[in-house]
Amino acid sequence: MVRYGDLVAVGGVSFTAAAGEVTAVLGPNGAGKTSTIEVCEGYRTALSGRVSVLGLDPARQQATLSERMGVMLQEGGVSPSARVADVVRQYCELYGKGVVPGELLATVGLTERAKSAYRRLSGGEKQRLSLALALAARPDVVFLDEPTSGVDVGGRQTIRGIIRDLAANGCAVVLATHELDEAEKLADHVLIFDRGRIIADGTLDELRRGHDEIRFRSSAALDVAALGQALGQPVRSVGDGGAGGGEFVVDGDATLVAPLTAWLAAHGEPVADLRAGQQRLEDVFLRLTGDGGG
Amino acid sequence: MSTLRAQLRHEVSTTLRNSEQLLLTLIIPVMLLVFFSLVDVLPTDTKDPVDFLAPGILGLAVMSSAMVSLGIGTGFERTYKVLKRLGTTPLGRTRLIVAKIVSVIVVELVQFAVLVPVAYALGWRPSAPNWFGAVAGVVVGTVAFAGIGLSLAGRLRGEINLAAQNGLYLILLLLGGMVIPFAKLPGAISAVAKALPSGALADVLRETLAHGGVRPGTSWLILTGWAIAAPIAASRLFRWE
Repeated sequence: MVRYGDLVAVGGVSFTAAAGEVTAVLGPNGAGKTSTIEVCEGYRTALSGRVSVLGLDPARQQATLSERMGVMLQEGGVSPSARVADVVRQYCELYGKGVVPGELLATVGLTERAKSAYRRLSGGEKQRLSLALALAARPDVVFLDEPTSGVDVGGRQTIRGIIRDLAANGCAVVLATHELDEAEKLADHVLIFDRGRIIADGTLDELRRGHDEIRFRSSAALDVAALGQALGQPVRSVGDGGAGGGEFVVDGDATLVAPLTAWLAAHGEPVADLRAGQQRLEDVFLRLTGDGGG
Repeated sequence: MSTLRAQLRHEVSTTLRNSEQLLLTLIIPVMLLVFFSLVDVLPTDTKDPVDFLAPGILGLAVMSSAMVSLGIGTGFERTYKVLKRLGTTPLGRTRLIVAKIVSVIVVELVQFAVLVPVAYALGWRPSAPNWFGAVAGVVVGTVAFAGIGLSLAGRLRGEINLAAQNGLYLILLLLGGMVIPFAKLPGAISAVAKALPSGALADVLRETLAHGGVRPGTSWLILTGWAIAAPIAASRLFRWE
């Protein structure tokens, strides 16, 4: 349990993040993600409960744990005036794992920014530098807080590749993110936090199972009430389908595709991009948390 | 040991590269020493102003590096989450503090290497100086000022800490017996000034360097008291984030 004054930030949380897997930690703001991760890092001490990371108690054996642990903060962690190359060299020396600073800079694509001050970097470059500092540990476990926040498309690809490589080499990757798309692309295992508790714990398939949907585009004036009545399932408008159309969702499996398309044809409604399958992680998240903020 | 060495190198190079810190720790003390030694406007009551000023300016140098420079730097590191980030590395808090203390000592050595020859060049000739006593005073003063600087840095936001450290520096400079003798201050203010760590350190340095003695007097007691109380306050007040 973690408490701030009268507020219980984390309570009744139990999970395992396996080696060689990416565990995504999702949840609305204030759900307890960062507090939980800080307890795992040994930065914060839980009031009660038992935590084991790499077989070590983070609160009592943080010094030993830190030698095998990489950490990427959500933001900051570097003085604005510090030069990129100096910070990377400092962290390589602090961990003493033989990581070559120049190679590390090349890995995260910052070689050309080596002489720049931290404050001169773009948001994405700062994130890549922060990731480099975590990699300097040659970690067996790594905690990444919003690693792709503010990162451009190319940078995201770089960071995703590094995260996949870490997991492929046996590192336990714990990834806290608001980017559900990111989690969907990377995660082997998903934890969804809400109000200091874990409300979902499983693989993506496990979380989506039993929640099939049909998603399609049609005209914006589609009579969703009549269609829903014909299918025996409510039809929801979920957004702009482009070119004056709308995007719609029906909860149900692929057996509804035939009656759906037949009804649309009979009523002269267009249909495009029809997809039957499991819900997206975003829909699972919204269903479980009832939160639009991610 | 390599971890400590890595952090120490970082601390020293960061401090020495920082032009604002250089202004505070070296340029201002040198300017004060040179100006007020050559322009006899201070009521020093000594034959040559440099005889009064040199020990006081050495005390000022200790205050500027151990309190203001350390405090401002650490305060901003706290604000920028540098301390939090370092807290997850094998460095650990103890080695971080040791690295900071050693870096302050390195900066002080550089300060003295510049200030003492400048003072000699200005005509300072301490009679039978007790260098051992002076070094002891500098060490105790360093601990006291570092405790004060870290107390502020560990609690206040970066910008507020910056203003507070600079404000305190100015107050202690004027009231601390470093450039203006206690005797020239109004009675009540003089009594307060003597109880300040700056005044105590200046007095200790003046006694050991000018008269060659280690007077076991009030100034030593005051300085030692600050050196005990301030680090205790820092350890209780300091927040890493």
